Amino acid sequence: MSRLALPFALVLLLAGCARKTETVVRFWGLGREGEEVKKLVPRFERLHPGVRVEVQQIPWTAAHEKLLTALVGGAPPDVAQIGNTWIPEFAALGAVAPLDERIARTPDFRPADFFGGIWRTNVIDGRVYGVPWYVDTRLLFYRKDMLAEVGFPEMPRTWSAWRTAMDRLKAKNGPDKFPILLPKDEWQQPVALAQALGATILRDGGRYGAFRSPEVERAFSFLIGIYRAGLAPLVGREQVSNLYQDFAAGQFAIVITGPWNLGQFHDRLPPERQGDWATAPLPAPDGQPWPGAGVAGGASLVLFRRTPVPEAAWAFLEFLSRPDMQAQLYRLTGDMPPRASVWQATGLARDPGAAAFARQLEHVEPAPLVPEWEQICSKIPPALEEATRGERPLEQVLADLDREVDQILEKRRWLLERNPHPHAF
Amino acid sequence: MRSERRTGEARAAFWMLLPALSLIAVFFVLPILASFLLSLTDFDLYALASPRNARFVGLANYVRLAEDPTFWKALRNTFLFVLAGGPASVAVALGAALLVNARVTRFKTLFRTAFFAPVVTTMVAVATVWRFLYHPRVGLFNRALDLVGLAPIDWLGDPRWALLSICLLAVWKNFGYQAILFVAGLQAIPESLYEAARIEGAGPWQQFRHITLPSLAPTFLFVAVTTSIGYFQLFSEPYVMTPDGGPLGSTLSVAFLMYREGFRWWNLGYGAAIAFALFAVILIATRLQLQLFGRRA
Repeated sequence: MSRLALPFALVLLLAGCARKTETVVRFWGLGREGEEVKKLVPRFERLHPGVRVEVQQIPWTAAHEKLLTALVGGAPPDVAQIGNTWIPEFAALGAVAPLDERIARTPDFRPADFFGGIWRTNVIDGRVYGVPWYVDTRLLFYRKDMLAEVGFPEMPRTWSAWRTAMDRLKAKNGPDKFPILLPKDEWQQPVALAQALGATILRDGGRYGAFRSPEVERAFSFLIGIYRAGLAPLVGREQVSNLYQDFAAGQFAIVITGPWNLGQFHDRLPPERQGDWATAPLPAPDGQPWPGAGVAGGASLVLFRRTPVPEAAWAFLEFLSRPDMQAQLYRLTGDMPPRASVWQATGLARDPGAAAFARQLEHVEPAPLVPEWEQICSKIPPALEEATRGERPLEQVLADLDREVDQILEKRRWLLERNPHPHAF
Repeated sequence: MRSERRTGEARAAFWMLLPALSLIAVFFVLPILASFLLSLTDFDLYALASPRNARFVGLANYVRLAEDPTFWKALRNTFLFVLAGGPASVAVALGAALLVNARVTRFKTLFRTAFFAPVVTTMVAVATVWRFLYHPRVGLFNRALDLVGLAPIDWLGDPRWALLSICLLAVWKNFGYQAILFVAGLQAIPESLYEAARIEGAGPWQQFRHITLPSLAPTFLFVAVTTSIGYFQLFSEPYVMTPDGGPLGSTLSVAFLMYREGFRWWNLGYGAAIAFALFAVILIATRLQLQLFGRRA
C-alpha cells in the first residue's frame, strides 16, 4: 500500500501541475475544415503560451447527432463549428453562450464587416450566439456554350426568361438531357424561391407554419412546372453518381449548388470544358430586383456555455474569425469568408467564378430561426414531390404541410406562452 | 432429504444466476420501464435543456401515433417488407442449404463461406456497392435488363420499386445466416431415413416432401420466428441506402421512423411510443406464427 502511495501521489501532483500550466481548448471541426484547421492551430498556440488546442474532426453526416449526444452526456467541446441552421436549436438548449459582451469587449471585431444575411443567422431574439466562419449559399453553375446556343449569351435574370431558356434547351437537346439539375431531396431550392418572393415560411414569431401563402404556392408551382415539363429529372442527390462528368457531357446545362463546387469544377471538368462554364446569382421573380434571394448557409463558431476555459476558448474562436485567419482558411479549403474585407484582401472578389457569390451574398435570407427547423425542413421535399407527382393537389399538400408544421411547433407555442424569451429556457 | 437437496440446488442456482439477472435487470428491464414512462411524456429537445419543459401527456403520444399518416405508411412498408422479404429469404436460404448439403456438391466449405460472407460484411460497405448496382444509368442490374431487352428501372428512385430493391438487398444480406441454420437442421436428419425411403422406392421429390420437410419443421419454426422478428426491426438497409426515407417515404420502416423521431429530432417521448407500438406488433405477429406453425413443429 505505502509502496504504491508515493508514485501515485507523484502522478497526481504532476497531473495537477500540468493542468495548472496548460489550458486545453477542445475544438470540434466538421468535415474538411476539421482537418485543415489543424494547420492554423500552431500559430494560435505561439500567440497564447500555455494554451493547447485539441482538434477533433467529425464528419458532417454524424455531427448533429454527435454534438447533441455529447451535450446530453455532459461532455461537449469548448468551441465547435456548427451548421448555422442549428444555432436556434443549440441556443434553445442553453448549450451555447451568448457572445454579445465578448464581442463588444474585443477590439477590432466589427460585426458590420460580415455579410448581413449571414450574420443574422446567428442572432436569436436579439442576442448573438455564433460567429460566422465561412459562408455558403447556392446559385447557378451553367454551361455558357449551351445557353448561348439557345439565344442566351448570359444567364437570364428573371424567372420567366430562366424558364424560357430551359424550355429551349429541352427542345434542342432532346428527352435524355436535362436543362437543370434540382435534386428533389433538397429543401434549399424551394425555400430560396419562396423567400425571394417574400414568403416568411413560418408566421407569428415562428409559432405556426405559413406554407399556405400565395408566395409559397407560386414558388412551388414554378418548381413543379420545371419537373413536369421534364426540364429537371426527379432524382435525389445520391442518384447523381458523377455530377462533373454529367455536367461536362451536357447531361445538365444548369446546376444549383454551392461554393465548394467552384474548386471541384476547376479540378474535375476536363480542360477543354473550362472555358464553357460560369456562375450566376439566382434569377429574380419577374418584377423584383435582381438577384433573387438565396438561403444564408454556412458554418459558425460557437462557444459552449459549460466550458471550463471560457477565456481561452473565446480567444481561439476570435483568432479563427480574424481576417488573416479567414484568408488562410479560404486558401486551405476554398471556403468563402463571411467578411467583406477578406474578399478584398484575398482577391476573391475579383475571381470570375466567385464574383457571382459576392453578389448573391449581399442578398441572402436566413431560413426560419426556430430549433424545430431541421424537422420542418425535412417535410418540404416530400411535400413538393407529392405535389409534383400529382398525387394530391398543391393547395391540399400545402395545407397538410401547415398542419404538420403547426403540430411540430406546438411545444414551442406552449413554451413561448410560459416564457416569451426563448433563449432563457 | 431429496427436497432439502433441491432447496440447496435452488439456492446455489439463485446465487449463480444473480450476476446475470442483475445485469439484465439494470441494462434491460430498467431501460424498458424507463422508456415506457418516457412514452407517456412529451420529452424532447427542450426537455433536454430543462426537465421542467417536459409534460406528462398520458397516452397522447399513442393517440398521435394512430393519427400519424407517416406511422401508418411506415407500418405498411414494414409489413410489406416482412411478407415479401421473409418468405423470400427463407426460401433462398433453404435452397442454398440443400445445395450445400447435397452429396454431389463439391467445395462445400467454399460455398458455405460465400453464402455467409454478406451476413458478416458491414452494412455501409455493402450499401456503397449496391448503390452502384442499382444506379439507373450505369448500374449492373439495368445493364443486365438492357441485355435482355427490358426497359431500365429506377431502382431506388421509383416509389414502386424502392422497397422491393431494399427487399432484394436484405434477402441477399441475410439468407446466409438462415442457410447455416438449415444446413445444421439437414445434417441432423438421420441418413437411415433416406435409405429406408429409397428402398421403398421413393424418388427425390418424395424424399424431400416426406422426410426433409417434416424433419426440418422445428428449424422452420425457429427460422421463421427469428427472421420475422428481425425483419420487423428493419433499419440499417433503408437507412444507408435511402437516408431520407426513399421516394415518397416508400422505404421508411417503423424502426427507421423511431430513429428519426428519437435521435435526429430528439422527440424522445414520441420515439419511445413508436418503439412500444413496434413491440406490440412483433409480439402479436410472433404469437400468430407460433399458433400457426407451432403445433406442427
